[in-house]
Amino acid sequence: MTPALALTPLATVGYYEAWWVQILKAIVIFAVGLQLVPVVLLAERKLLGRFQSRYGPNRVGPYGALQPLADILKLLTKEQFRPTTSIGFLFAFAPMISIMTAVAAFAIIPFGNVQHIFGERVGLYGVDVSIGPLYLFAFSAIAFYGIMLGGWSSGSKYSFLGAMRGAAQLISYEVSQGLALVGVIFTAQTLSLTGIVTAQKGMWYIVPQFFGFLIFLTASFAETNRAPFDLTEADAELVGGYNTEYGGGRFASYYFAEYLNVLVVSGIVTTVFLGGWLLPFGIHPPGWVDPFVVLFKMSLFTFLFIWVRATLPRLRYDQLMSFGWKVLLPLATLNTLVTAVLVVVTH
Amino acid sequence: MWSPGDDVIEVTRTPAPGAARGTWRTFRETVRGLLTTFGRFTEKPITVQYPEEKTPVYPRFRGRHKLHRFESPDPAQPGLEKCVGCSLCAAACPSDCIRVVAAENTPENRVSAGERYAAVYEINLSRCIFCGYCEVACPFDAITMGHDYELSDYDRTDLIFTKEMLLAEPLERTPLRNEGE
Repeated sequence: MTPALALTPLATVGYYEAWWVQILKAIVIFAVGLQLVPVVLLAERKLLGRFQSRYGPNRVGPYGALQPLADILKLLTKEQFRPTTSIGFLFAFAPMISIMTAVAAFAIIPFGNVQHIFGERVGLYGVDVSIGPLYLFAFSAIAFYGIMLGGWSSGSKYSFLGAMRGAAQLISYEVSQGLALVGVIFTAQTLSLTGIVTAQKGMWYIVPQFFGFLIFLTASFAETNRAPFDLTEADAELVGGYNTEYGGGRFASYYFAEYLNVLVVSGIVTTVFLGGWLLPFGIHPPGWVDPFVVLFKMSLFTFLFIWVRATLPRLRYDQLMSFGWKVLLPLATLNTLVTAVLVVVTH
Repeated sequence: MWSPGDDVIEVTRTPAPGAARGTWRTFRETVRGLLTTFGRFTEKPITVQYPEEKTPVYPRFRGRHKLHRFESPDPAQPGLEKCVGCSLCAAACPSDCIRVVAAENTPENRVSAGERYAAVYEINLSRCIFCGYCEVACPFDAITMGHDYELSDYDRTDLIFTKEMLLAEPLERTPLRNEGE
């Protein structure tokens, strides 16, 4: 091992932005990021329709464009009710956890490199934490409390079963998801997400870390509770899973968090495996193009999420568990080991 | 050695694929499934946008009833009604939804071609099962089944169709299927 490798800290935050820049950035990311959720919502319904040779919503507004607005308005104007067996404050608090963790995770997705705006250095991301992926996993671990507490405090057996399944599923797949990222961190030698992107200047990590990419993607489907791993809400057997007893605004929060999680995962995959704002063939567009490049790559993955949902049937519970522990985890471990050996050898 | 006997069919199973082959098979089948749905994605939707677009009906489709008149050379003077008030349709009706009250034709008031005419002819469409027996029972082809099927209404009483409504030229709301379509 070379001394340079040994002395390089895992990540360094090189500068701090002015307080007003940070507030402005937070507002912009909040405003833009959260507006993407209704778009994804509509895109999912339209694309699912097209995958099944039908139109999807096309009655509200031109081409059904106002459908998510109508959905959200309908949900927000509904009565806030809770079952008598539920635990009041947890029942109200759980959806908030879900939505807060999703938004917090969204903050670390880098949309572009450091730009000079108004004479200030502004990074086009919420915050470049020095522990990037760890921050992400911390919040996805807290997000699980949103599902768990929501299902448990509802005081309904279906919600409880959904929450229990969610707990087992998230714990099982988080391991593989984390291990899949470890390979990338070895290769990039940094934990900072912007650092990981700039380390992909020569080649995107989807090529050298292809298995890691597949494992991460598969585990992400489970982590976001999306088909084919949507066992927490298995509507055929659990009515609606952990959110069976929810309605109105609280249900909307869960719904919102789910789609925001899809966006977050798409953003992370884009950042970690698809070179973030980098373009292939050495094209260097001006800095303002970067966020659009990231959004475009994110939309590809969001499309994949919807495509897979339209294709694959839900797994049985034992299949889910044996796939997670017997297939995905050994593969992720193997991938990490091989990467570790290769990194040491090539250095 | 144990033998299952002659009446038992032995099923030979292929060995289950191992971990590596099983994983590969799952992966391959997943990709195949994804390509199948993508094939649907590239096609045009087959949805019929119902209230704007309607599926055409076949000529023998049994929709709302029509009562008929004889053709008249003078458009201002409608022809005589074909119905003679014999109540055979009401007798044939399995759901008992037709009510006919007959009256005598007089030289001053000649309504139908026969001796009598239907003074009251009502079909309760909320009870009708559209079996077409009335059409079969009618000796004068006075009642036939039309093509309209959009018969919902806000009030049950509005679904009792009177003679005037059944005689009136119906709004053709339903397209007819062409030959060979």
